[in-house]
Amino acid sequence: MVNVSRDNAISVKLFAGLAAARGWRERQIAHVPGMTVAAVWHNQTGEPAIPQRVLCALNMDYCNADTVVEAGDEVGFFPPVTGG
Amino acid sequence: MTVSVREAAFEPYAELAAYERQRFPHAGSFGASASFIGTMRDLNEGDAVTQMTLEHYPGMTERHLERICGEASARWHLLDTLVVHRVGLLSPGDPIVLVAVWSAHRAEAFTACRHIMEDLKSQAPFWKKEVTAQGERWVSRNTSGEAREAPAGE
Repeated sequence: MVNVSRDNAISVKLFAGLAAARGWRERQIAHVPGMTVAAVWHNQTGEPAIPQRVLCALNMDYCNADTVVEAGDEVGFFPPVTGG
Repeated sequence: MTVSVREAAFEPYAELAAYERQRFPHAGSFGASASFIGTMRDLNEGDAVTQMTLEHYPGMTERHLERICGEASARWHLLDTLVVHRVGLLSPGDPIVLVAVWSAHRAEAFTACRHIMEDLKSQAPFWKKEVTAQGERWVSRNTSGEAREAPAGE
């Protein structure tokens, strides 16, 4: 595991079935300039693209796969929502 | 505007009465209120459901619900909004969600309450995991909010 400095970190969070299936909920990863949300997904799951059913959020707002991530950001991935 | 996501069980009618007393101490200050209460059923997709766990995205959930309520308040000139949503372990019959709105007139109250609830169902980051006789399963999607009419003749 790479040691990630706090200043250069991105927080990655998985929820619900995604977290259960992959066995982790939160990781700190190193930020790379120009990195997109899709690249974060690829980097952490090894899957080439974000599956159609997976939703993503940047700093707790819905975002697209091609949204660029900055150091200090939080990226969340989760399945379709089922509240209410 | 109040948004509350909580682990503890709540009683929606007591919640509504207490909130209204506190937020509208002056009698006659609103002309309409509309509320929706969602309750856990003991059956889903043909299977008996004995328990359910609700997970959420702390922070994003509250932020999203506050945004929906703020937008609805501006759009329909609401006097106030209240959203209470459970997380954690629930049993059949437990209230899951309460949405309430207050306005001058009924049309705005009905419309805004429905709008907030439908947005919550389709956008707010909550996830349900059910316990059935076959084990645990994640609920894969929410049903449409369109009312289903009984076939003619029933």
